[in-house]
Amino acid sequence: MAYSDKVIEHYNNPRNVGSLDKNDSKVGTGLVGAPECGDVMKLQMKIDPETRVIQEAKFKTFGCGSAIASSSLATEWVRGKTVEEALAIKNTDIVRELALPPVKIHCSVLAEDAIKAAITDWKTKQGETSESAQHQPATASAH
Amino acid sequence: MAIKLPIYMDNHATTPVDPRVVEAMLPYFTEKFGNSASRNHAFGWAAEEAVENARAQIAKLINATPKEIIFTSGATESNNLAIKGVAEMYREKGNHIITQVTEHKAVLDTCKRLEKYGYQVTYLPVEKDGRINLDDLRRAITPKTILISIMYANNEIAALQPIEEIGKIAKEKGILFHVDGVQAVGKVPVDVQRDNIDLLSITAHKIYGPKGVGALYVRRRNPRVQLSAVIDGGGHERGMRSGTLNVPGIVGLGKACEICNQEMAAEAKRLLGLRERLTEAIMGQLDETFINGSMTHRLPHSINISFAYVEGESLLMGINDIAVSSGSACTSATLEPSYVLKALGVGEDLAHTSIRFGLGRFNTEEEVDYVAARVVETVKRLRELSPLYEMAKEGVDLSKMNWKA
Repeated sequence: MAYSDKVIEHYNNPRNVGSLDKNDSKVGTGLVGAPECGDVMKLQMKIDPETRVIQEAKFKTFGCGSAIASSSLATEWVRGKTVEEALAIKNTDIVRELALPPVKIHCSVLAEDAIKAAITDWKTKQGETSESAQHQPATASAH
Repeated sequence: MAIKLPIYMDNHATTPVDPRVVEAMLPYFTEKFGNSASRNHAFGWAAEEAVENARAQIAKLINATPKEIIFTSGATESNNLAIKGVAEMYREKGNHIITQVTEHKAVLDTCKRLEKYGYQVTYLPVEKDGRINLDDLRRAITPKTILISIMYANNEIAALQPIEEIGKIAKEKGILFHVDGVQAVGKVPVDVQRDNIDLLSITAHKIYGPKGVGALYVRRRNPRVQLSAVIDGGGHERGMRSGTLNVPGIVGLGKACEICNQEMAAEAKRLLGLRERLTEAIMGQLDETFINGSMTHRLPHSINISFAYVEGESLLMGINDIAVSSGSACTSATLEPSYVLKALGVGEDLAHTSIRFGLGRFNTEEEVDYVAARVVETVKRLRELSPLYEMAKEGVDLSKMNWKA
């Protein structure tokens, strides 16, 4: 499979790799995907409760090069945005930016899900209830 | 010595043609271009002589006689001819065929087609090491069983099946025994007498010969195996496979077999040493790596390793100056991991992360060291990126997570 230059660039130099303290009340964590599907993304954001601006974003991804690139790009895009602006990011924006082929569109969907899941987690921590069905928590949890 | 990149370490897929084989083939494209079926001039005689010489070279490698070698276009055709040919010829005797789940698609899909025509096929499971259980085989045999088709060695995990024991059982029960020998012939000693093999599929391009030519060994004595043809026409190859013979290809297959006959023992020893060097370097520097397939019954030149917490396609992307195969067919839209690894009971998470290293005649120690270093470096880097590795290190049981895919 041929990867686009942008995917290769993100794969070789992923931005914002790492973890934030998931117990920090300002940190929202989104964990989406499943190992048996070959993709798991963890996206974390540190969000100022006053300004609702995303100050920091970190990711870790298990998955193909396109999944790594999609999540790396997502962390770049959400930084400095407000929660509402970040929620407006669509998977199709990621597809366009990274020139993902049809078989890799699910990677961009996963990245969008991860952004939403992280924000939902943060909102829950702030005592905000998730207002609509599309913001259902997608965070995987131990049981 | 500088290493030439990319490095080829996918010798189960195909092999480069040995220069000695190319040299043997060349005259048969130009000055000795005759049709081996032309009986009335020198061009035909020269071609026929070359074909008969190749038949003898192939027969010698597997302890057969030259007349028992039928030329085909490759192992897919050989497998089709063996299975469909027996099925049709022995239909009156029975309609039951036994095979196993990790066979190549050329066997599995041939059997599936026969099922549509009313044949019964038993697909034996394999144990964790990739080998069938002989008691399962004995239990599967019925009075209607006409054929057992089991591969010598698996193309993905390199596990060797208990061919000699299966051959004994087949012989005892009077059932024909077909073996897909593609990965084993020329790599380990294959002996159709010792193993009681009645039909054996061979291809040239896995043993440093050209693509597009193969052979089927068809036993002529004790018992004399008969086959219905799959391809009809001029009645070449004793009516079992019509079509003008690919003389240069056949010369190449013959020469490739001759070289294997002379060099197999030394080559197997050398490649086993390289494989051990590769395996130790990788597994010694990385935790949570797992070998797929039997270690005691295994092709010497092959190793299949799963790397927990990294995904196969991203690993291949990180080692893109090395040609190896991933057990995961993740590049396809289905995201299905290998059916062979699944049959072994390898979890889907680990099946997604497996790499097959196939060493070959032209690999060097320097290449092995380079490959090991690149793999270790890339796996470490990807694990730093992997949320699964982080969670596992924190003591989270990943299998107990409620994953929402």
